[in-house]
Amino acid sequence: MAFEPFKTLVSRTVVLAQDNIDTDQIIPARFLTTTSRDGLGQSVFYDWRFDEAGRPKRPSLFNDYNPDTHKILVAGSNFGCGSSREHAPWALYGFGFRAVISSDIADIFKSNALKNGLLPVEVDQTAHAQLLTTPDAEIAVDLEKLTVTLGEADIAHFEVEAFARQCLLNGVDPLGYLLKQTREIAAYEAKTA
Amino acid sequence: MSMPKSLFDKLWERHVVVGETPDAPAVLYIDLHLVHEVTSPQAFAVLDGRGLKVRRPDNTFATLDHSTPTLPANAKGELPFSTPGARRQVETLIANCEKHGIELLGLGDPRRGIVHVIGPELGLTQPGKTVVCGDSHTSTHGAFGALAFGIGTTEVGHVLATQCVLQRKPKSMRVIFDGALSPGVGAKDMALAMIAEIGADGGQGYAIEFAGETVRALSMEGRMTLCNMSIEAGARFGMIAPDETTFDWVKGRDFAPSGEAWAAALAKWRGLATEERAEFAKEVRIDASTIRPMITYGVSPDAAAPVCANAPAPRTAAEKHAADYMKLDAGRPFTEQEVNRVFIGSCTNSRLSDLREAAAVMRGRHVDEGVVALVVPGSEAVKRAAEAEGLDAVFVAAGAEWREPGCSMCIAMNGDAGAPGELVVSTSNRNFIGRQGKGVRTVLASPATAAASAIAGRIADPRPFLCDMKEDA
Repeated sequence: MAFEPFKTLVSRTVVLAQDNIDTDQIIPARFLTTTSRDGLGQSVFYDWRFDEAGRPKRPSLFNDYNPDTHKILVAGSNFGCGSSREHAPWALYGFGFRAVISSDIADIFKSNALKNGLLPVEVDQTAHAQLLTTPDAEIAVDLEKLTVTLGEADIAHFEVEAFARQCLLNGVDPLGYLLKQTREIAAYEAKTA
Repeated sequence: MSMPKSLFDKLWERHVVVGETPDAPAVLYIDLHLVHEVTSPQAFAVLDGRGLKVRRPDNTFATLDHSTPTLPANAKGELPFSTPGARRQVETLIANCEKHGIELLGLGDPRRGIVHVIGPELGLTQPGKTVVCGDSHTSTHGAFGALAFGIGTTEVGHVLATQCVLQRKPKSMRVIFDGALSPGVGAKDMALAMIAEIGADGGQGYAIEFAGETVRALSMEGRMTLCNMSIEAGARFGMIAPDETTFDWVKGRDFAPSGEAWAAALAKWRGLATEERAEFAKEVRIDASTIRPMITYGVSPDAAAPVCANAPAPRTAAEKHAADYMKLDAGRPFTEQEVNRVFIGSCTNSRLSDLREAAAVMRGRHVDEGVVALVVPGSEAVKRAAEAEGLDAVFVAAGAEWREPGCSMCIAMNGDAGAPGELVVSTSNRNFIGRQGKGVRTVLASPATAAASAIAGRIADPRPFLCDMKEDA
């Protein structure tokens, strides 16, 4: 799986000030009958973006923002809760997002996002509140320095699991690393057989 | 003296292939990999793209459950797939299993069913094992004292190729239930009460061990229901130490060890329980004797309350958002809210004991004329067992539909769904907006509560129905 290496992202934010945005909101289950990763971006937040007849809703956060200029999603706490569907980060990435910022991001979503070039950023309550109340802000998310910058000020420091960070910085999936452990894996199998 | 260890510590350390360092997570060995049609096609595609083989097809089992119809085949033997995409997904898994030599418990196989129902049923799920599946309800298997967790599709590819995942050890949490459950209260009510107590993200970053006398008294089916909903509290891992109840359940199943291997396995499994004074980063105590039949009233599983309460007035913006969607009359009893549809099934509550519980309420009664009720057994084996004791006849006589096994309305991606605006009382695990169909309002409940609601045509407390049954007997 190829994705763009992630170093520093400077972009504008789209703010969804709602807690517990679950994976069924991000990509409804009826779009999961696909055998590919491609094309899911069109269906991201589908029921929020389109009406019963499939017409784009206006005004709408997503339909009125340009994904080329707004690559950062700021959301309420417990973002990405629910299912293990990797279709959720695929859809967000496919739409154009490269980072999601919240005070608290669900475990499986976080793990999936990190493997697909979508940076999950967990910030403290103060920075979270500031970002939630400043929609359309231009911010910088720096994966090397692990900072979020608004204007001239570093407003938050964040943590990313060290290994996943290296993978993201280099734009590689961790499978290569696991494949290099073949000897250890075989030894484990021999020991426990 | 070494530190006392928890069940989780023991399961974890027995499966570490390469230890965790500041730079890299642990390489954790996986004993059982369960695969289904929705989260696997892109993983097989990565394997094929890189020219890799499945490392341990012998420890990999696949089934078809999410996209499969629950209506039977037509006269020509064709299944009524809801979309060409659903059919293609099923065909893709069949082809991938053939290509990679993976055993598929597929359509027409008497062992097919919901992945979290059949793993235990076949004895594939055993104490001490690591179990993964591209499905967040994999924690269900933790009921056996296994380390079981949901993974994403990239990780499905990792396990197919290497039989391992990269994982840092999460923090540990213990939820202790004390006291005897009241009549009409079961594991589903315990799960909802626990989630209401700790919150939908209360278990985030933790592996939960469920313990205490109430848990010990639960059947394996009840333990599976409880562990199943760990993820609704944010925890990827939920587990219960194995005991005689566990061993009795596993013994004699198709893939369970037998003869000398059984004795050896038993000796190993008996050593898995958490030692006294083992430490947990977080501990929660719940008095189970105070739990009443529970339902959810919002759009997150932690919005749960006793069925005999009134619908609360929203206090926060999030609660207002949920209340606007759910349209329950604030301040009025839940039991006055009209129900349009009832779903009894899912990996949470589709086992034989769940169906017995629902049938005990429905026997000799009739589903309200305004309600469509669907009963979907968790597996072919559950379906056969239920039919052997006449439960299907009870449901059909009551006016409910008796369907073929599958995930059905829990995820509503096979064509089984509610209509916009409908209120569905469901034994599944998620009440998210649109989860059971666009605009559908989901109320989560136990099989007894769902069945009682089907009969009453309103959200109903199951206890009066169960009392009647006792008086009749």
